Amino acid sequence: RERGGTGMRSGMRAGMRSGMGAGVQALAMLLWALLASGTELTFELPDSARQCFHQQLERGTKFTLDYQVIAGGHYDVDCSVEDPNGRTLYKEAKKQYDSFPHHAEVEGVYTFCFSNEFSTFSHKTIYFDFQVGDEPPILPAMSSRVTALTQMESACVTIHEALNAVIDSQTHYRLREAQDRSRAEDLNSRVSYWSVGETFILFVVSVGQVVLLKSFFTEKRPGSGKAGT
Amino acid sequence: LYFHSGEREEKCIIEDVPSDTLVIGNYKVQRWDIHKQDFLESAPGLGMFVTVTTPSAEILLSKLYGPQGTFSFTSYLPGEHIICLQSNSTRLVAFAGSKLRIHLDIRVGEHFLDESAVQAKDKVNEVNLRLEHIIEQIHHVSKEQNYEREREEKFRKTSEETNSNILWWAIVQTLILISVGIWQIKSLRDFFISKKLV
Repeated sequence: RERGGTGMRSGMRAGMRSGMGAGVQALAMLLWALLASGTELTFELPDSARQCFHQQLERGTKFTLDYQVIAGGHYDVDCSVEDPNGRTLYKEAKKQYDSFPHHAEVEGVYTFCFSNEFSTFSHKTIYFDFQVGDEPPILPAMSSRVTALTQMESACVTIHEALNAVIDSQTHYRLREAQDRSRAEDLNSRVSYWSVGETFILFVVSVGQVVLLKSFFTEKRPGSGKAGT
Repeated sequence: LYFHSGEREEKCIIEDVPSDTLVIGNYKVQRWDIHKQDFLESAPGLGMFVTVTTPSAEILLSKLYGPQGTFSFTSYLPGEHIICLQSNSTRLVAFAGSKLRIHLDIRVGEHFLDESAVQAKDKVNEVNLRLEHIIEQIHHVSKEQNYEREREEKFRKTSEETNSNILWWAIVQTLILISVGIWQIKSLRDFFISKKLV
């Protein structure tokens, strides 16, 4: 995740010093919360279905779409991203996971869709993470500060960066594990069913062979001496 | 972020969370208006049934909220909780073009910083509050990692079970194959001898 300085925060700090009050600060905080936000959802996509999501974006905003198929069939899905004018920004078929970063050139509603239309009976569990905007600095006026950060503040910044890395790493491992466990459970049930089936076929075929062979010879009259077909 | 859904359609979201985790969701729903050809800003009388199902198929939460609302629940079992949203629209026939727009945001394990409390205090206490928030987040990370350890153990057990399954069945099938083969030869030999062909 990037950290970008914004002029808004430094403007707010200056405002505080001139006694403009909590109102401006609260507004700035709220606008910040909207600046860098993300939605991550896990949902089940039934077979031959298509699910679209929409997000309103300002011009120049950076966004990233990460998605991964956690369970179902061959663990693949079609994904497409379109801008407000209907232009296709990203289109991939039968992908297991991918990451798509982009800068929004046009303001409006961006749409991204997941399609399982190529599958006739397997429904897929899909995870996606739609991150919008840059992360603002966690300390006030970091970009316009004249003096160096105190030890406490720089420790906070380090902790924040480390925790962000932890979150990313944790999400990645959680998804990989969920997918691998889903495959292992599929494999286990397939092995069980096929083993039972194969044993049954084994019995049927071998007993059947003997019975069939015997039936070829019982039609002949006993003692005819002819080897029949 | 929003998505569209049919009027009586139920849309579900899966959240895999550890135990004792607070999950907060807020949503806003708008209905398509045929005459204005747009989504109405507020639809009076429109509500959403929010149903949360635990991994053991128990209903944890089942309430009717208005067109806009916040719901939350605390998981007591670790696992996949299913959050379902369905509108309470009583229109018997979903006429063509009727759909809903659902704005949704779900947060797991976060207790939000009370921003107004941060502003009111002085700088030392602001750092204090932020540190408390960080400590809470680290506890959540630790909980998630414990849960991950449990899941990996289950995964490992499944893989080992598959492995021993394959081994056992291979041995059994080979034994069956050999014994059935011996039976076949014996049976046919006795048969041919009795038919005086051999």
